Amino acid sequence: MKIGVLAIQGAVSEHINMLKRAGAEALAVKTVESINSVDGLILPGGESTTIGRLIRLYKIDAVIKERAAKGMPIYGTCAGMILLSKHINGFGQPTLELIDTAITRNAFGRQVDSMEVDLTIKDFDTPFHATFIRAPVAKDPGKDVEILSELSEGAVFVKQGNILASSFHPELGNDLRIHKYFLDMVKSFLDKQ
Amino acid sequence: MEEVYGTIKVKKGLAEMLKGGVIMDVTSVEQAKIAEEAGAVAVMALERIPADIRKEGGVARMADPKLAKDIMNAVSIPVMAKVRIGHFAEAQILESIGVDFIDESEVLTPADEVHHINKWDFKIPFVCGARDLGEALRRISEGAAMIRTKGEPGTGNIVEAVRHIRVVTDEIRKIQTMSDDELFTEAKELRAPVELVREIKALGRLPVVNFAAGGIATPADASLMMQLGADGVFVGSGIFKSANPKRRAEAIVAATTYFDKPEIVAKVSENLGEEMAGIDIKDLTDKDKMQVRGE
Repeated sequence: MKIGVLAIQGAVSEHINMLKRAGAEALAVKTVESINSVDGLILPGGESTTIGRLIRLYKIDAVIKERAAKGMPIYGTCAGMILLSKHINGFGQPTLELIDTAITRNAFGRQVDSMEVDLTIKDFDTPFHATFIRAPVAKDPGKDVEILSELSEGAVFVKQGNILASSFHPELGNDLRIHKYFLDMVKSFLDKQ
Repeated sequence: MEEVYGTIKVKKGLAEMLKGGVIMDVTSVEQAKIAEEAGAVAVMALERIPADIRKEGGVARMADPKLAKDIMNAVSIPVMAKVRIGHFAEAQILESIGVDFIDESEVLTPADEVHHINKWDFKIPFVCGARDLGEALRRISEGAAMIRTKGEPGTGNIVEAVRHIRVVTDEIRKIQTMSDDELFTEAKELRAPVELVREIKALGRLPVVNFAAGGIATPADASLMMQLGADGVFVGSGIFKSANPKRRAEAIVAATTYFDKPEIVAKVSENLGEEMAGIDIKDLTDKDKMQVRGE
């Protein structure tokens, strides 16, 4: 299993470390060729305006959409969640439109409102200690979107088919459950091939 | 479910989200918008850019809070602002208006020649400059969530930033070859806590994000600093002192991501127009140097 972490900008090495600890091969990818070589892709946290602009400029958006359409699992955290959404409330910025939700950016406020909290996640036995940094939330989920966790501000962990997205940053902690959950999605994708 | 705010994890976490990106100095709402559209990961709101502070002289202080607020309202990316070294009251003001990150900066005239701000007292993160590992570790022990090289601000000359990042890298490499017994004396020589020196040995890098700053003016400069191990770059005077700020900003952003792809750095470097003139460091006397402020 070879997982790519999109390395335009953001918390790339943190995801690579977590994936390796969870037993996967992981590498930073930032070209069309390298993205075509992986079995699963993580869009990390960072600034969605920066990453969004560069993936359009270097035609990386097209290859991500093409691989997603063929069933490759993709997981987006924070900025990654924003980029996967259908639409960003109040911003004209284009997105990948791979998950049927709208996004409210900076839904909790500015950096002073960034926080750590124990989250209840569907099918997890115990709470997940989650870190939110200037985090977005998902709004108006379509009928195919499964909400795995939510707070009063909106949905913070969602899944639609082969696409997974979280507002928070499991890569900043030690709990491997979410990365393992994603690797299970990749494994079933590979088994079907 | 109890939310906890302002932890070192969320402070360091924001710095981690900025990695691989460019943070640009801006002095107006218009410049902040240009920076955001060009792909900056954050903007630094200030009254005068370092090159002008250098030229005009006088005491350089925190920007008007109104300017920071206007910029915060105009862009969606994080907004940083500078305070004078040791001036915790300026930092309290910026925290109260909700600035995302504070730069306790040698670019401004220091307010305290002995003490830096106790950054543990704040809920928002701080970045501080460092010329060597000891200085970086002292700032981290005071609560800094991010480090940057000092370089020599407002010169458009990369030589000092290169010197500072190489010194830090060399000192980290040296610690990694030491036995645990030697770390006590090393900590004493670095004037830094031994716990942080042990952490350096274990990690093989600083325990916080380390950006390059002070003299970056071209896409090639950004590529150089990234290849020398910087996690990202600050560009101060280099963008808005050049002939075509928008194009230069976009080019430096692309070169910071694709620092290891010379064909891309070459392409974005074409036809950028005139860059800031720059200053030879040898033409600066010690009293002109900003990097010596705040040890």
